[in-house]
Formats: sequence, structure tokens, C-alpha cells
Amino acid sequence: MTPKTETELAAAIAAATGPLHITGGGTRPIGNPVRGTTLSTAKLNGIILYEPGALTMVVQAGTPVADIEKALAKENQRLAFEPMDHRPLLGTKGTPTIGGIVAANVSGPRRVAVGACRDHMLGVRFVDGRGTIIKNGGRVMKNVTGYDLVKLLSGSYGTLGVLSEVSLKVLPRPDCSATITTAIDDDSRAVAAMSAALGSPFEVTGASHDPATGQTHLRIEGFAGSVAYRSDKMSALMAPFGIVRVTDNTQDSEAIWVAIRDVTAFADQQGDVWRLSLKPSDAHGVVAGLSKMGALYDWGGGLVWVLTTAGHNLRAELGDASGHATLIRASAETRAALPAFHPENATVTALSAGLRAKFDPRAILNSGVMG
Amino acid sequence: MDMPIPDAKIIAKKASVVERLQAVLPLNAVIHEDRQVKAYECDALVAYKCPPLCAVLPTSTAEVAAVLRVCHEMGVPVVPRGSGTSLAGGALPTADCVILGVARLNGVIETNYDDRFIRVQSGRTNLSVTGAVEANGFFYAPDPSSQLACAIAGNIAMNSGGAHCLKYGVTTNNLLGVTMVMMDGTITEIGGAHMGAAGLDLLGLICGSEGQLGVVTEATLRILPKPEGARPVLMGFDDNEVAGACVADIIKAGVLPVAIEFMDRPCIEATEKFANAGYPMCEALLIVEVEGSEAEIDEQLGMILKIARKHKPVELREAKDADEAARIWLGRKSAFGAMGQINDYMCLDGTIPVSSLPLVLRRIGELSKQYGLGVGNVFHAGDGNMHPLILYDANKPGDLELCEAMGADILKLCVEVGGCLTGEHGVGIEKRDLMNVQFAPSDLEAQMAVKDVFDPAWLLNPAKVFPLGASETRRIAAK
Repeated sequence: MTPKTETELAAAIAAATGPLHITGGGTRPIGNPVRGTTLSTAKLNGIILYEPGALTMVVQAGTPVADIEKALAKENQRLAFEPMDHRPLLGTKGTPTIGGIVAANVSGPRRVAVGACRDHMLGVRFVDGRGTIIKNGGRVMKNVTGYDLVKLLSGSYGTLGVLSEVSLKVLPRPDCSATITTAIDDDSRAVAAMSAALGSPFEVTGASHDPATGQTHLRIEGFAGSVAYRSDKMSALMAPFGIVRVTDNTQDSEAIWVAIRDVTAFADQQGDVWRLSLKPSDAHGVVAGLSKMGALYDWGGGLVWVLTTAGHNLRAELGDASGHATLIRASAETRAALPAFHPENATVTALSAGLRAKFDPRAILNSGVMG
Repeated sequence: MDMPIPDAKIIAKKASVVERLQAVLPLNAVIHEDRQVKAYECDALVAYKCPPLCAVLPTSTAEVAAVLRVCHEMGVPVVPRGSGTSLAGGALPTADCVILGVARLNGVIETNYDDRFIRVQSGRTNLSVTGAVEANGFFYAPDPSSQLACAIAGNIAMNSGGAHCLKYGVTTNNLLGVTMVMMDGTITEIGGAHMGAAGLDLLGLICGSEGQLGVVTEATLRILPKPEGARPVLMGFDDNEVAGACVADIIKAGVLPVAIEFMDRPCIEATEKFANAGYPMCEALLIVEVEGSEAEIDEQLGMILKIARKHKPVELREAKDADEAARIWLGRKSAFGAMGQINDYMCLDGTIPVSSLPLVLRRIGELSKQYGLGVGNVFHAGDGNMHPLILYDANKPGDLELCEAMGADILKLCVEVGGCLTGEHGVGIEKRDLMNVQFAPSDLEAQMAVKDVFDPAWLLNPAKVFPLGASETRRIAAK
């Protein structure tokens, strides 16, 4: 089913007699396997409102991300949360949609500085499991009118409702980008270096470490003079950690971060891919204790991508570290055997189940995708 | 403003409620004598007062849990209270409720500069969170005007903002985790020092839920390195519309100031009399602040001033030193006090798309004439969060009602142009009955379904946020 309007979407859900598999562009098959009739939002397509002076955009959920980025680029603006393109890593084809990004709360390297996708969400319209159209939030930057279902829907993988429209906070695209790369062999020193950088006043908008190459990357963005000044400061701050190299050509710098964002290092390698959210200073200790074929640090150590042999239960090796592990890429058998999402405490599990039962009483929306 | 009729059965059993609470709390933690409970009869929305059944001041999460278990078992409503600075009546009691104050939960549990977070008890004041980390060069970003007094618990309940959220976001963008006690006394952890939720984003749902889903006793907050420096510039314009266009042009040019504050003529005149900050007498005044090193500030302010000049300002004043910067901020920071000198006032906080600014200001001027009540406008222009201050005389019969009617018209206007009823103060009781203007019944139903999950008996702050008519069946069914 590919409804063309929100009304058609609501009617389709109300009339559904069995489980539905909700999809946008189908480029992010993350989560436990889902059965059901495919319901695609791809035809809910178009930018409804864009006010560059107010930093806001309202779009239909099925709008291709590329269309949004093109419209923003014309006004020298962007989606600051830097959503990852999962296609290289997951080997998927198709057109990523904004609804998919919001449903999976997809956020890239800049998340460490400006927040996640959910932090740039101003409003939603969605259809719940009964076929009721619900709106929440709006299109203004500050809004505390009623409960924040906008955050709840972001990252709910279609299980509470099918998004029909989202409104986003957008931000100016800076003129320049520079990357400060430091040669650091030891993961623990790399995390310490990233903490020093993120704890400085020089507004680092990316902090990533690749153990395979022994390189720690830091990103600085802004107006030319400011970027030059802060790059110098950052180089001086990093000098005690290793040999420093600066990529001050904006295009070259941006290319480094596209690769980090899309985890292209693991794209052509066999094996499962896990995504760990950790307290940065715990990260190297946790990673050292894992059976793995590779690791990649982002968010200053707050996010670690791990490559393992197929079918390996990485979660069992985490111990009691604060954080969680999500299985992002694995074969169908592994995904059927290992839950994609990290188990939560009993109260949170009960509350989540209670919310799903309220929003989708027939359990027909992407049922079981999050466990 | 109506409140539900208090439950006579609960009032009748006050003695046993007090006795059971005393049994689970330290000696002086239950306040129940009539003259003492009066201290909790209102918050900063002083037009409405009602002494609670009693108030409790627990000193630990375990004691909060014990209080909630007792109230849950006895079917007594609980109104959580931070510092009582709500402008929306978020902490207004009912005669049959227990006020649960977190003021004695005010410690710092952990500071971690490598991972850039602080964990505090929720009764700690906003400003003292920054106070705990500033010697190490860090700060906590959300900065509501009441930051000297307001508690983190209330900030989380209302998802508080402040003047600097254009760059740093509001509470929800700076909250990493909480310890929360459910109405039945269950203690739970949500989030932590890591980023993002493992499953559904319950943290995002709790933030801004006005104390209706649980009582937060501890919070992990993101702290940020202090910028190298900051500098404001003051601009005066002959026309509101031109000032509004200037704001839009600054944002479109790619400069992201940390704050853009706006004051209109009535507000400028009042603050000049009160604080004597040396503001120019004009129709609209903007204070724009940028951050960075000296050179970066020069670069950004250079661009901003160039844009401002195109709009023919009547005044452009750049702060040359800290003293001049303080003078530029002086009037803005004393604006509420200045308006209070003139008369009683009601402070609204509807938010509008920035593009609607001129229209909304014009309409507010017309409403002011129509109602015969003065209005001063002072607000965060970068994010469209307005703060119209409507002047009225609390001692004049009917004036409060007139003021509320005018306030309602202004908020309806905010919704009409694509905005919302409240940007940072919360709904409380103040905007409760206007929720139908912004939301369809099915929208409110979805929100109330969330409360059903967290607090099935509707005992936590039950008479707030939702129009009484909309929540009535739930509140009664739960009894």
C-alpha cells in the first residue's frame, strides 16, 4: 500500500486486518524482522513550508532526504544533525526519506555538538494504530504546550504511529570546515584527546577515532577567520597527543566526515555490525574486552561501531557498563536469534509496552521490530 | 480559573494521611498546621491560591518513594513542587492534595568533566548547577530568568528555556538521564551518562510533562565548556516591523547569535524609568549577543552591524568593555521588575513563527486599545518566544478577568499564525482551558493516554495541562 495523502494513510491503517510493515525508502532495515503487508509512505512527498529566516521546514514524511538537502542548500542551510546514509553499510538500495530518518532517530557525527535528530524535531503529524490522525508540537523553536510526543515518536520505528508530516529546525551551513587529524595509537589516549577537545571552548563539531589507522579526527566549522583561529588552537591542544595534520580545504574535510558518518570502513567487510552507546570514558575499556574484527569511535567515544563475526552476541560481553548496544547489520538468522535493541529495566519495559498498547492496541504497526 | 471540587473524604482523613506520612519521613519533614501550609498555597502565578492538605519535604529518593506509596494507597493526589517559581500555576495545590517539595534534595552527586556531565539532586537550583562547575570552565546552558531560584526538577517538568536557547537548546536538549519515582512508589532509571535511548525516548516524554508522569529526584545534565568571551550589541529601530525584518536577515546570513532579545516602546520606557540603563527611546530595541574569541566576536558583530545598518537603525551601540555589556543587558534583565513597578501584570509566553512578528505585534497593540489595558512586549526574538506583559490592577474588581480574556485573545492569535500557547512556561492551570484552541480532541486524547500509562489513577498533579472537561472522566473513574 502506498497512500498518497494523510487521509488515505489513515483509511489504510483503519481498514487493515493484519500486521503492517511500515517503510519509507526501505534503506534502513534495522530492528527485529517484521512480517506484514508493506505500507509505504513514499508517496507522501513534498515540502509544505520552508522559512529560511525562521530556520524551519515542514515536509511530508515520504519526502526524499536528497530533495530536502537540495532545497536547504539553495538557502545555504542544512540538517545540522547530519543524518547517516545507511545504504553503503547495509548494502541497501532505494531513496532515503525524512520519515525513515525520524523514525530511527538517525544522527551523525555532529550529534555530539548539536544534538540528535530528535533535538531538531519541532512537530509531527502521524496516524496511530487505530487510524486516528494525531498532531503534536508545531513549527516553532520553543514549544512546551502539552506532552512532547514529538520526541516519543522520534526513534519509535513506526511502532506508535506512522509519520505523515514532520517539521524540522534547520541551521545555517557554515562557510568552512577543517579537520585536525592526530596520530594516536592507543584508544584510551584517543578518547582522552577527544575529551580535551570537546571540553575546550573551540566548538568542535565532530570527534572520531579510527583504531585501524591510528588517527583521531576533530572537526571545526564556521566562518573562514574563525575556523583558521580555532584550527590553530586545536592543533596546539592536540600536539602533546601525537603528530598533527590539518585538512583545511572544506571539500576534503567534508569528505572525511561523510566516511565517518556512513561507517564506510565496514561497508565492504563481512560480519555483523553493532552500534554501542557508552559513556565516553568507559568506551576504550569496554571495546578492549570485546571479541571483534574492528571498531570505530565517534561522538568523542560516546558512540562505537563494532564489527564482529556473524552471529556473535556482543551484548553478552558488555558487562554492566552504562549504555546500550544495537545490532545494526546481521543475517536474517542472527536477527531472529538476537534482539536488535538492548533490553531495558523492568519499569521502562513495562511503560514502553503500555505506550504501544495505547497507540497501537491491535499491535499491527511494525509489531516486534523493537522487541 | 476553575479547579476541581476537592474530595471531602480525603480532607476528612487528613489526620491519618499526616500520621502515615510522618511514619515514613524524618521528624520535621511533614508540614500540616494551617498557618504553615499557607507557605505552599501558590507558586509565582500569585493570582490563584489554595492551601494544600499538607506538604512534605523528603530528603532522599527512598523517602520520595515512601511518600508516593502512602498517597497511592490512600488515593491522595500529589502536586510535585520544585522551587515554586512556575508562572503557569504548575505547583498550585488543591485542598485535598499533598505538596511534594524537592527543595531538600539539593546536592551534587557527581561531576565529570571528561564526559561533560553533572549529576544532581533535582531540588538544586538552576544557577547553582553552573556554580558547581564554573571553576572548571563549564556551565549548564538552559538559563530561565528565574535561574537564581528555580529548581532543576521544575525545569524538567516545564522543559524550561531561557535567553540563550537559540544556540544551546532548552532543558530537553541538555538532559541525559533521570532517576524518577512513579506514583506507586517504584523507582526507575531512565537514560544515563550515555547519549540516546536504547528503546523508546521516554526521557523526551518526561521532560515537559509538568509533574504528571512521575517525580524526578536526580538528573544527569550535559555541561558545556564556557565560551572564550561574549559581547552584546544594542540596536534601536523606529518600527517593529523593521526590527523583525532585521532579525530574519541576521539569521538568514548564517550568523547564529546566542541571544536575540526584543523590547517594544512601552517596555523600553518602563525599564528606563526603573533601571536607567540609557536605552534610546524608540519603537523597538534589539539586543544581539555573539560568542567566541575577540577576533571571532569582531567578525560576527561586523556582519551583524552591516545587516542592521541596511535597516536604518536609530541607534547602534556596541559594548566596548564588560561594563558597557552589563549596561546593555541591565534594562532587559530588569524589564519584568520595571513593569511590576507600574502595576500588576500577567506574563504570557506564546511562541510564533518569526515571520509573523510584525502582524502579531500590531494585533497586540489593537487588543491593548480594545481592552483598555497596557501591554509591554519583551521577548526572545530569535526563536519567536514572546513575553507580552499585560498590566492590570489586582485590587480593581473585574480587572484580572479582563486581563485573562485579553491574554486568551493574544494566545489564540499566536496559535492562529502557526505558533503555540506556551514556549517555556508550561500550561499549568493558566493555559489549560485554551488547549482546545491548539489541539483537536484526538490530539489531547493521545496525550492523556500517556498519563494513563504512567499514572493510571490520575493522582499526580491531576488538574493541570488538560482542560478539566477533557480530563474529567479519567479523574473521576480513577477514584
